[in-house]
Amino acid sequence: MSANPLETVGRETTELLEYVGGVAALGGESASMIARLRIRVAETFNQAYLLGVQSWSIVLLTSMFTGMVISLESAVQAVQYGFATLVGGAVAFGSFRELGPMLSAVVVAGRAGAAIAAELGSMVITEQIEALEALGLSPIRMLVVPRLVAMLIMMPVLTIFADIVSILGGAWLANQVAHIDYETFFLSVRQNTDMSDMLRGLVKSFVFAIIIVLIGCYQGLRTRQGAAGVGISTTGSVVISIILIFITNFLLSYVLFGQTFGG
Amino acid sequence: MADRPLIARLDDITLAYGERVVLQNMSLDIVEGAITCIVGLSGAGKSTILRLLNGLRKATSGRVIVKGQDLSQLSENELIDLRRSIGFSFQFAALFDSMTVYENVALPLRENTTLGEEEIRHRIMDALETVGLTGSETKFPAELSGGMVKRVGFARAIITNPDLVLYDEPTTGSDPIITHLLTDTIIRLRSKLGGTAVVVSHDLQSIFMMADYVAMLFEGAIIAYGELDKVRSSPNPIVQQFLQGSEVGPIPI
Repeated sequence: MSANPLETVGRETTELLEYVGGVAALGGESASMIARLRIRVAETFNQAYLLGVQSWSIVLLTSMFTGMVISLESAVQAVQYGFATLVGGAVAFGSFRELGPMLSAVVVAGRAGAAIAAELGSMVITEQIEALEALGLSPIRMLVVPRLVAMLIMMPVLTIFADIVSILGGAWLANQVAHIDYETFFLSVRQNTDMSDMLRGLVKSFVFAIIIVLIGCYQGLRTRQGAAGVGISTTGSVVISIILIFITNFLLSYVLFGQTFGG
Repeated sequence: MADRPLIARLDDITLAYGERVVLQNMSLDIVEGAITCIVGLSGAGKSTILRLLNGLRKATSGRVIVKGQDLSQLSENELIDLRRSIGFSFQFAALFDSMTVYENVALPLRENTTLGEEEIRHRIMDALETVGLTGSETKFPAELSGGMVKRVGFARAIITNPDLVLYDEPTTGSDPIITHLLTDTIIRLRSKLGGTAVVVSHDLQSIFMMADYVAMLFEGAIIAYGELDKVRSSPNPIVQQFLQGSEVGPIPI
């Protein structure tokens, strides 16, 4: 017997609202604990290392090649049309505002977000989360808050790192393929971007950090059905985080840089 | 009904997950200072009873009274305080993989008390000695055998000196020697702490070794309850079939 379409729409809408409500409640409770300074400092440093420091190499690779590809696409033609002085600005502009924060977030969502969901999911199916509750300990304070604080610290750091590496990669490639000297390239960076571009990019990175951790933790904590459930939670964490990062990136670009779009 | 003081009482409990009824109008007394073993078939809802006793599950109807407090009337913070006064040993120990044996056992003391590290260390070494695991402090759970993991779980459950300890299938999956060791450990811990233990199990040898009281759960209700000898001599054919481990009888297989 086929399912009633209205019933299906209703059920899926309810599930979506439950999910959004669950993530919001998790975020609210975590924020409340952070505001009351109920933070496990040593565990936060540990998570900063696991989630942030251990992600630096993949952030380095992705941002360096992205900076290089922007430079590759723009440098030769820019020189041909006499706009060589704009290449550095184009690379820096794109990195500070969009590619630095977003690419770092996507890469971290794939690596650290998945790791969070898998770890917490495994803890659910091996009763470790229930054990925390049985000991009178809050899983949110013990597990979610340290990861959230760690990511709020490390995501902007990784983004700055990605910005720098992307620009350096772009500068090297522009020099190699279009013979744009480094002085011209970095002069263009200084003339066409300012600190506010980078700072507004960092605002994005804070929001992305919250998305990655809350989705990863929520997916992990709602894991059911044994080992297969851990896989489902992990995949869901990456997919949902990346979709939300893209949507949020658009909205934040509109809000943060909106006034510059109209000229 | 027991005629000795009670530490907990489950009163007319019904618990259902959607359409599936796990417990139906079930009542059970937990006598203070005794070891009460809850027996029954796999999946009968025995572990659920332990989770009702420390408030990890809420009954659909009925009352759970623990240490004079009706759990349904407690706030979340009061419930957390109550849980901290009850030890819980999980079926597969539920040790935290990323922590050493020492850190696992220390966790409730570090997070729930204001004890100094020296006192914590003293208590942990004492607890590990009691469960026969001196020298294992720096090992991680993955480095331990199944029996050792369970004994670390015991140590963590009793580290705060709770007056009520709940053991969920403590001997399941263990060989006869380890089963004897684990059962003997539970008896020694109860003697040392002087408190109450509730043990969920379907390991008859273990139950006969340690139980003061036995309750048999069948189809969501307690069908036999009393001191060990009384339950062993119960005329109920379901109880007799279970105790004899026979395939023949009224229990559907």
